[in-house]
Amino acid sequence: MPEWILYLLDFLPDWDWLHVLLIALIKVVAIFIPLVVAVAYLPYAERKIIGYMQIRIGPNRVGPRGWLQPIADALKLILKEIIVPTKSNKYLFILAPILAMGPAIAVWSVIPFTDTLVLADINAGLLFVLAVSSIGVYGIIIAGWASNSKYAFLSAMRASAQIVSYELAMGFALVTVLMAAGSLNLREIVLAQSGGLTNWYLWPLFPMFMVYFISGVAETNRAPFDVAEGESEIVAGFHVEYSGMTFAVFFLAEYANMILIATLTSLMFLGGWMSPFGAASDIIILGDGIHWLLLKTSFLLFFFLWFRATFPRYRYDQIMRLGWKVFLPLTIFWIVFMGVMMFLTPWGYLFH
Amino acid sequence: MPEIRNYTMNFGPQHPAAHGVLRLVLELDGEVIQRADPHIGLLHRATEKLAESKPYNQSIGYMDRLDYVSMMSNEHAYVLAIEKMLGVEVPLRAQYIRVMFDEITRILNHLLWLGTHGLDIGAMTMFLYCFREREDLMDIYEAVSGARLHATYYRPGGVYRDLPDRMSQYEPSKWHDQKAVDRMNENRQGSLLDFIWDFTERFPAHVDEYETLLTDNRIWKQRTVDIGIVSPERARNLGFTGPMLRASGIEWDLRKKQPYEVYDRLDFDIPVGTHGDNYDRYLVRIEEFRQSNRIIRQCVEWLRNNHGAVMVEDHKIVPPKRESMKHDMEALIHHFKLFTEGFCVPQGQAYAAVEHPKGEFGIYLVSDGANKPYRLKIRAPGFAHLSAMDEMSNGHMLADVVAIIGTLDIVFGEIDR
Repeated sequence: MPEWILYLLDFLPDWDWLHVLLIALIKVVAIFIPLVVAVAYLPYAERKIIGYMQIRIGPNRVGPRGWLQPIADALKLILKEIIVPTKSNKYLFILAPILAMGPAIAVWSVIPFTDTLVLADINAGLLFVLAVSSIGVYGIIIAGWASNSKYAFLSAMRASAQIVSYELAMGFALVTVLMAAGSLNLREIVLAQSGGLTNWYLWPLFPMFMVYFISGVAETNRAPFDVAEGESEIVAGFHVEYSGMTFAVFFLAEYANMILIATLTSLMFLGGWMSPFGAASDIIILGDGIHWLLLKTSFLLFFFLWFRATFPRYRYDQIMRLGWKVFLPLTIFWIVFMGVMMFLTPWGYLFH
Repeated sequence: MPEIRNYTMNFGPQHPAAHGVLRLVLELDGEVIQRADPHIGLLHRATEKLAESKPYNQSIGYMDRLDYVSMMSNEHAYVLAIEKMLGVEVPLRAQYIRVMFDEITRILNHLLWLGTHGLDIGAMTMFLYCFREREDLMDIYEAVSGARLHATYYRPGGVYRDLPDRMSQYEPSKWHDQKAVDRMNENRQGSLLDFIWDFTERFPAHVDEYETLLTDNRIWKQRTVDIGIVSPERARNLGFTGPMLRASGIEWDLRKKQPYEVYDRLDFDIPVGTHGDNYDRYLVRIEEFRQSNRIIRQCVEWLRNNHGAVMVEDHKIVPPKRESMKHDMEALIHHFKLFTEGFCVPQGQAYAAVEHPKGEFGIYLVSDGANKPYRLKIRAPGFAHLSAMDEMSNGHMLADVVAIIGTLDIVFGEIDR
């Protein structure tokens, strides 16, 4: 916390709770605003990157090189009417997007951006992430149910089954990380990977890294696992009846989740804010810092976009088969294998 | 306990994967299809009836609009039927031009099919790659007929005019400076034939590109292999033609079995599938790209070396040259008669069919000796294919219905007519 903020706080009445509240609020805003900007510009980046992959230009009309496109889109969506279908359940209909968006933002409270820059450095950070992010699926189920549409209902069924099954694989993949790090605290997990590129969990846990990242893609309903939205099958899926800002909130939640998954992956497996050259580097830009986290996250986000431009869509039952019959056995096997290696053989150091 | 019922879902007519205005009533058990009931007629434009009230030569434009992604092939069947009844022998050069454009149309159709089929299954990029090549083919259409889609280029007695000696070129604008335009015009310096030749040089590499993205892609194979299997017997009984029939393992192609125009002089192969599933149909159509490319190259070579008339000289059915109308009374009368009442066709009936990109496209004409057909019946391949929808999708999942609609390669212009 910079000195000048504390200095400003001196003018306020001397109540402790007020200070704590204000500092927390400032931190929340400092995380939330950049997050919203990132969420707004990720679709723009997606449209541009996929555009170039598809030999076209992408948005280039609003502002220089289309840089104002997200703002124009947001403005359009805000001004559009929110249509509530006649026979829908109105309260649930409005609640659903809020339930989808809330967890996607709440999880950011435990994400460490650097060694010191974290809103809530709680002990069971990983547990918190798993618990809160799984609330998001309720938003989708409720949206599908409340819309009173057959397409939305089918999609809600698909989405909830998919998210629940991939959460298992993700959870088990994370168990291996915490076995290696010996902590549930995200900060300590990153610190356990300090010492440069070779110390990242990417190497000893490479299969788990793949499982986690692919499950992450499935978890966020992105191509090639986007059966819940499957525009050529069930049109737009659970948000088929949503318009205007209610739709925008679902849309933003999806992108916030994408950024979240990419950030978590870089924290767990790619050493978070740690520099790949080790902390000893003399040049400041090559040392540890938030820029490395951003760089790693952007790199992973690029994969999300790349997948979308390349792969056809899986069928619903094929996704479930991949989750239950490939990923889940693989992760369970890996946990046992790792446990045996760590505690019964002399090669346990490989995983530390 | 409440009664357990199947889930009935209305798929279309406003649906991104309905390929136009298909309305499917699906009965679902969970996501598994129990019954698929296609409803058609939402794009019915009464083409057959309209043709009965127009002189023969004025209905050619309607044919373009039947299957609006393979325009010239539709025209071909229609003009063949008229020529059959009139007993006209088309000049050889016109026959080669027709064959060349039939094959260009085949590529045009299959490109759209591949793009939309890819899009249905989620391979978004295919769509844009295919449209890149379609653009060149559209320019070829435009160069001969002035229209990118509805060409009305084939006429009874030949084709409307000879191939242009100069390919149209881009001009500099606010968005493209001289340098960009020079680059875009690189392959447009010569005649139309040079441009087509250049396209055929490039095209096989593009097909390889599509195959790299799809053919061995695990997800693509999971989505297409063993989906919508049609056995050879069923395919024959259902009246399948074209790639749909060939993918089921029956070697049937009108270009080989009843050669029309100059197909018997050209060297090409007919790809045949073994399994009759979506993947085989995909492979068959991909191979047809390469075979069509081969035919086009042979036609271009022949057309470069052989010149001559592209229309018969009989001015009872073909309009005279505009210059001759200025000084020749006879020509003026012919022109007037042709464009007011058309020509009369002797009493009788004829059926002419071509190997359309989608299958056998046939025109059955009945004439009572007047200048209008007494009856025109269109045999559209897509209609027979769509009627197999229920059989093909039974027991598959909702996502497979979309893949099956894609593989049928249906266009509602021809199904609803």
